[in-house]
Amino acid sequence: MSVATTAESESLANSKIPVLAARDLYCERDDRVLFQHLNFELNAGQVLQIQGSNGSGKTTLLRILCGLNDGYQGSIFWQGVEVTEQAEQFYADLLYIGHRVGVSKVLTPLENLRWSSTLQQRVDDAVIYQALCDVGLRGFEESQCFTLSAGQQQRVSLARLLISPARLWILDEPFTTLDTTGVDLLERLLQQHADKGGAVLVTTHHSLQVPDLQRLSLG
Amino acid sequence: MSAVTTTTGAAFIATLRRDLLIAYKKKHDVVNPFMFFLIVATLFPIGISPEPERLGEIAAGVLWIAALLAAMLSMDSLYRSDFEDGSLEQLLLSPHPLYFMVLAKNIAHWLVSGLPVVLVSPLIAYMLNLPDEAYLAVFLTLLIGTPVLSLLGSIGVALTVGLGSRGLILAVITLPMSVPVLIAGTMAVQQTLNGAPLLGYLAILGALLLGSLALAPLASAAALRITVN
Repeated sequence: MSVATTAESESLANSKIPVLAARDLYCERDDRVLFQHLNFELNAGQVLQIQGSNGSGKTTLLRILCGLNDGYQGSIFWQGVEVTEQAEQFYADLLYIGHRVGVSKVLTPLENLRWSSTLQQRVDDAVIYQALCDVGLRGFEESQCFTLSAGQQQRVSLARLLISPARLWILDEPFTTLDTTGVDLLERLLQQHADKGGAVLVTTHHSLQVPDLQRLSLG
Repeated sequence: MSAVTTTTGAAFIATLRRDLLIAYKKKHDVVNPFMFFLIVATLFPIGISPEPERLGEIAAGVLWIAALLAAMLSMDSLYRSDFEDGSLEQLLLSPHPLYFMVLAKNIAHWLVSGLPVVLVSPLIAYMLNLPDEAYLAVFLTLLIGTPVLSLLGSIGVALTVGLGSRGLILAVITLPMSVPVLIAGTMAVQQTLNGAPLLGYLAILGALLLGSLALAPLASAAALRITVN
């Protein structure tokens, strides 16, 4: 134990502990190996794009990293410590947007964001109104989400990026339903987040226009 | 430093309020089990006999079975829409213990589907000519028993919400767990009619409620993790 601690403090001294690191990840599904010996590091200020053909395990990898899927072998480290040992801190600093964006269709964008922000850090309604305005949903704050288009619902989930204090964003195909202005907006958000020292993991087939983009290919 | 998070209490209340708000906006989820309870209870006099004496004998059982079926009917809405729109994943990824989040959802669910049934039960009891001395017993046993049905049903729903065609599987999982509650509830009413003190049976139901409050959300939380996996 003491050896490990020394090693840890040494690596601390060398600074630059990756925000998120994966060691020797292995995952198979239906007797088919999705990936093996997968290693990567994601540092503060980086955007990492995960590439791969359909069915190559991009979504599975993201869900494994979030802890939604535990059918894997290997270790995942959050700031140098295994995620499973500090789940609470990890989840306080994680924002995940999946294929299903987590927006209730019955509620309004305002009510949706009130709830999802309270799970992490409560914000004033004024902040939510501003975030909704920034993602181009001004005037839709009080409309029930089933009246919004798929792209607009996606934008509601993007407003969470503006509200959440999370440093690690894990975004699964966030560009699919967005129009061109939406794509520009999201790229700008990713850029700003990286500039502020955040880290982003994103899967997309869209060619991202973000400087200093890292890439990881699966399959 | 990690981000400052809200307290679990605040997240609990936010989740409770959210589910009540959704129920308020999706009124049919609230009205359906309630109407179902009324319909089942009113069918018995038509199907068996309108004679007051015979109805009075079966009234307690009818009320309890109708309440059980209404609870079963309403359970499916507990996690379905959250599963479909991804809110469930957000709940699993919150920094708060899933136990309390599930408990908040269960409480909200009981408030909108169980409580109306309990409140209307004296009226149905009157219609079914329940003996006067059993009113309190029926009301109290339902008041303590229906939350247990919600909490136990939540486990079954959490297990099956990811399945495409559920059919009867929810009933197959949930009913065996619910039968002890049904027995305790109807026994309490029968024994009260025979002159036994009500308190003993209420204590049994109360123990069932406390036990399921402590354990059922844990099982639901584990089941949800498996479902989302």
